[in-house]
Amino acid sequence: MLLKLRDIRKSFPGADAPVPVLRGIDLDLDEGESMALTGESGSGKSTLLHLVGGLDRPDAGRLDLDGVEVTALDDSGRAALRRGTVGMVFQQFNLIPSLNVGDNIAFQARLAGRHDAAATAALAERLGLGPHLAKYPEQLSGGQQQRTAIARTLAARPRLVLADEPTGNLDEATAEAVLDTMLELVAETGAALLMVTHSTHHAARMGRRLHLRAGRIA
Amino acid sequence: MTRTVLWALLSHWRRALLQLFTLIAGLALATGLWSGVQAINAEARASYDVAAATLGEGRYARIEAASGGEIALADYVALRRAGWQVSPVVQGRLGEVRLVGIEPLTAPGGIGPGAEDADIAAFLSGVGQLFGRAEALDALPALDAERVVAPDVAPGTVLTDISVAQRLLERDGVDALLVAPEQPLGRADLAEIAPDLALRLAQDGSEIGRLTDSFHLNLTAFGLLCFAVGIFIVHGAVGLAFEQRRPVLRTMRALGVPLGRLVALMVAELTGIALVAGTIGVGLGWLLAASLLPDVAATLRGLYGAEVAGGLTFRPVWWLSGLGIAVLGTALAAGAALWRIATMPLLAAGGRRAWAMADARSARWQGALALGLIGVASALALWGDGLVAGFGTLGAGLVGAALALPLLLGAVLAAAARLARGALAQWFWADTRQQLPGLSLALMALLLAMAANIGVSTMVGSFRQTFTGFLDQRLAPELYIETADDAQARTVEAFLAPRVRSVLPLASVEIEVAGLPAELNLARPDPTYPENWRFLQSVETPWVRLAAREGVLINEQLSRRAGLGLGDAVSLGPRAELPVLGIYGDYGNPVGQVIVTEALFAELHPEIVPRRFGLRLDPDEVPRIRAALIAEGVAEAAITDQAALKRFSLQVFERTFAVTAALNVLTLAVAGFAILMSLLTLAALRLPQLAPVWALGLTRRRLAALEMLRAVLLAALTTLVALPVGLALAWVLLSVVNVAAFGWRLPMALFPAAYAQLGLFALLAAALAALWPAIRLARTPPAALLGVFASER
Repeated sequence: MLLKLRDIRKSFPGADAPVPVLRGIDLDLDEGESMALTGESGSGKSTLLHLVGGLDRPDAGRLDLDGVEVTALDDSGRAALRRGTVGMVFQQFNLIPSLNVGDNIAFQARLAGRHDAAATAALAERLGLGPHLAKYPEQLSGGQQQRTAIARTLAARPRLVLADEPTGNLDEATAEAVLDTMLELVAETGAALLMVTHSTHHAARMGRRLHLRAGRIA
Repeated sequence: MTRTVLWALLSHWRRALLQLFTLIAGLALATGLWSGVQAINAEARASYDVAAATLGEGRYARIEAASGGEIALADYVALRRAGWQVSPVVQGRLGEVRLVGIEPLTAPGGIGPGAEDADIAAFLSGVGQLFGRAEALDALPALDAERVVAPDVAPGTVLTDISVAQRLLERDGVDALLVAPEQPLGRADLAEIAPDLALRLAQDGSEIGRLTDSFHLNLTAFGLLCFAVGIFIVHGAVGLAFEQRRPVLRTMRALGVPLGRLVALMVAELTGIALVAGTIGVGLGWLLAASLLPDVAATLRGLYGAEVAGGLTFRPVWWLSGLGIAVLGTALAAGAALWRIATMPLLAAGGRRAWAMADARSARWQGALALGLIGVASALALWGDGLVAGFGTLGAGLVGAALALPLLLGAVLAAAARLARGALAQWFWADTRQQLPGLSLALMALLLAMAANIGVSTMVGSFRQTFTGFLDQRLAPELYIETADDAQARTVEAFLAPRVRSVLPLASVEIEVAGLPAELNLARPDPTYPENWRFLQSVETPWVRLAAREGVLINEQLSRRAGLGLGDAVSLGPRAELPVLGIYGDYGNPVGQVIVTEALFAELHPEIVPRRFGLRLDPDEVPRIRAALIAEGVAEAAITDQAALKRFSLQVFERTFAVTAALNVLTLAVAGFAILMSLLTLAALRLPQLAPVWALGLTRRRLAALEMLRAVLLAALTTLVALPVGLALAWVLLSVVNVAAFGWRLPMALFPAAYAQLGLFALLAAALAALWPAIRLARTPPAALLGVFASER
């Protein structure tokens, strides 16, 4: 089992008392599997994704990723996990504006120590970014920027790809194209995919779907 | 990983060259101004130390003629025979060079020709040798003695054997005897062997050094203010750079870069930039010091008789201290930003906050801090004591005022917005208020620069005005003469008595009052004194009571140091204990002074015959009396007219002003630069704010004009705030720092015309700084403005 969550709980400080966001989540995900995480706004989807990615820590529960108990890791351990095991695709792309497209794509692979120039170039070509490698993010369209972010994630060859509404900022046609490419490439690398989405159509394209309601699995 | 992250961090500067330039230029300018001033100070102090080492000045006690003339050879021989370990010194000028003759065999250790291969036999025998710096040797007239270059000799001084010096100066006696620290026990008292001679005890440190401390202290304070202005620029640039990179830093952390590594790399990045900027800054400082040093040297030579080399020497200490201050300044400027990065939660809002956009809570904190600092400054000014309190007042007051500025401006702009009529005026005021956070650091820099300008100009101006008044008071006699010996003094006085309105004898002797060194002067009863002298405090009719031997007058320095007030007794000997009748200002004099009436002076020191005289006469009579005195045998060089003396003194001040004015202009230029950089940096962020107004029908040219108006308006408001801050700064310098450092207080004078001129310069600097961004805005293509409305990018 690549990812195993048991009784994960998380609250955030409220005006009077802590506001529970996740109220005991159990989840298993195998290598090569894809799962859509759906639910209304505020249901805890993004929070769950952040906990899995080691960006935040749960208040209670246990989270194992690739045989490592993530909940027991300190800051640097979780940073190493994000570098080496997890790849993240954000709704806002989060590219580095001062690096060109080529350097942005290679960035995480370099951090992980898995940079392969030829493989990166091939990946960029497949994503239609070949002619844009010397450009800077501000010179790209939204779809091109998200493809760059996907390329950055996949070039590092992570075991688990976490995507937080990756098409949320794109028009319908572009969103469909970007999702096609992402699913295809993730499947090729054998990585698992956990994707937050509001779209039932996109969720239907995943292997499994987990619906959250008020911090619990519905 | 380190390389990848560092590469990504540095890539920011490649895309933000203007920001990098601002950062490096701000830091280099700050370091340059600071290290330039330090270089001047270091060079001057090194010159004093060399001078002190050459002459043993301050380190050794000296024996001098009580009347101020030469010491007879017979007295020297008598002292040596009585066991006194003394060594003769003769000094004089050959053209522009000071010639010092010493006796190397008896001189205390460490005094003498500094060249390592000095040949003592050649120094003593034959035509003799002249040791000095190359430029001093070159300035000598044609002489038969051999010239030896010795860089360790004081600037403008040439050292030789005493016999050679006497021959070249055509002198017989000696000026002083240096007293070795080790003396045999049981030797006879000086008063028994040579009653005409007086012993001056060794002092801590160089006397010239203490005399010039005032000048250097002011320069240092100025350098510090310039540095503070520069650091404001750096703070702005670093703050902006960090703010712009916040989302990137968050992304990097999300991708697995450990926080510790990220912060360490940012520290390394900033240190590298600081070292580059520091190196440039020290170079700039060198150029600044090299261009100002000749004027500073001239000032010090004229003001205090201190010789300072006109050129710079490479001193690793100030190069290193320059780099150190650059790194320290960067740490100060970037500390808060780095702390924010280090404590920033990984999941904090990733959106870019508006640069330095203070929310209501931080504005309240800033206001409280400003009030607190101003309170501390006021408390220190009122109840503090000493130099530390003085500088504490300066620091707390200036930082407090700077922090209060944005809040004050915000309040003024809010009031203006409420009063505005018409949509455009309302938008202008509201938009100006919105701009304030982005411009506040530059405006604080301008405030500090203006306050420093006003403060230092007021201080120097007050000093000049007071000193000019003081010269009028002290140089009331139309002519001054100095006679060659006691006999000539008596003859000349008798000759003059029927020919001039008054003859005022001048003489002084060194004494101790309350354990402190002081000089005793005499005053002949004459209307000149009550007509011209002004007292800080006095009893009724002090001059009448002085003439009646009912008391003494003392200067402010002695009053403060010995804690003497009106009516307190001053002991001048076993049978002379008299109350203080008046305390007078004695600006620039480091020594305590006591004045007694002529008759009492003669009684206390019958051995002294005054050889100098001030003459009161009709100014039209000056040429005739001068000619008559020359005919009587008084040397032409020994007659000085008052106008020449005043002219000389004022020339000295003009040179001081030249240095101050140059630093003033530089500081203002730095502040102008800060405004320019802030406006240029904000220009890109301004487009989304200006584009809707343009779309609603305002032309780009009109928008640019409004941008110019806004910069000038903010500079004008800042100038208004800077005026009281600068005057407060001047008050602290004159009434707190000067008193603590030198023992006398300068009355503060105001110079409204100079302040108005300075205000105009500030407006001009702001207008010039706003010009380029405004032109850029006027030429912004409509496509760029339309881009703001595009949703895709």
